[in-house]
Amino acid sequence: MNHEQRAPGLTVSCQEVVELVTDYLEGVLDPDMTEEVEAHLGLCKGCATYVAQMRDTIRALGTVPVATLSEDAQAELVRAFRDLRGPAASES
Amino acid sequence: MSSEDGDLGRLPKPASKTAGPADASLVDRLRAGDAEAFAEIVRAWSPMMLRAARSYVSTDASAQEVVQDAWMALVRGLDRFEGRSSLRTWMLAILGNIGRSRGVREARTVPWSSLGPVDDDSPAVDPDRFQGPDDAWPRHWTPLGSPRPWPRSPEEETMAAESRSQIEDGLAQLPERQRTVVTLRDVHGLSSDEVCSILGLSASNQRVLLHRGRSRLRAHLELYYAAGASAMGS
Repeated sequence: MNHEQRAPGLTVSCQEVVELVTDYLEGVLDPDMTEEVEAHLGLCKGCATYVAQMRDTIRALGTVPVATLSEDAQAELVRAFRDLRGPAASES
Repeated sequence: MSSEDGDLGRLPKPASKTAGPADASLVDRLRAGDAEAFAEIVRAWSPMMLRAARSYVSTDASAQEVVQDAWMALVRGLDRFEGRSSLRTWMLAILGNIGRSRGVREARTVPWSSLGPVDDDSPAVDPDRFQGPDDAWPRHWTPLGSPRPWPRSPEEETMAAESRSQIEDGLAQLPERQRTVVTLRDVHGLSSDEVCSILGLSASNQRVLLHRGRSRLRAHLELYYAAGASAMGS
């Protein structure tokens, strides 16, 4: 079977799809390739599952807790803002 | 502030930890001396600023000082903000200037972007999971290699804590540059343009690092779920 005869979605292989998935999710694939990948995902359960897992992974990353400045440091910044820019700061 | 990047005006992804109030009204409120508005962006942006600063300097303490200095520079420089980029992008440019000069003073080892090629060449998925050249469908999944759906989305309640600790574990194991890009993009919700400008990366290198990092993390979660499935089966 040669490539010209293959239906849309089958000119790209699963092994290619797993390397294209980030470009696909980032929206930087050209329109033809995007269509091809989407056709492939419609036909291929394995790749559809794979892409869903990449999305799940990204979602899970969004739940990772992050460090920030201490409450004290934040309060100090807000105090400095009030001193420099607050209503009272514009000495008239 | 330099605006080296042409297309930095795009707004960040919504619903991220770093989302703040809409830009125009925000700038107006800040200029009017609204301390509530300032407290709000300090709360919203400091986490991602801290993580970004950590890519310029070598210690957490140093990164905290960079972030505090950047906030003070924003407060003092507000009147010079011309609105050609978003305030957040402008803040990141200030942070970059302060962080980079501090990094130079600290002689922070190798500049981040000169650490060699970004592509570690490892495939996203073990090649053995695809059919060989003599099989019916070369380079398509083998029956055993095809991904199994995970028991449920990693976000849902009961599994949430465990899968979060799995993802943190996986993040810690990533090579430094992949970890930094994935963390800024997916944990902090920065845009690719913002990450490129913070790290001095081209868009394509940023994507390669993001791709390698996310692919490894998916594989890490897959292993964890597969182990869970076999434990339940036994």
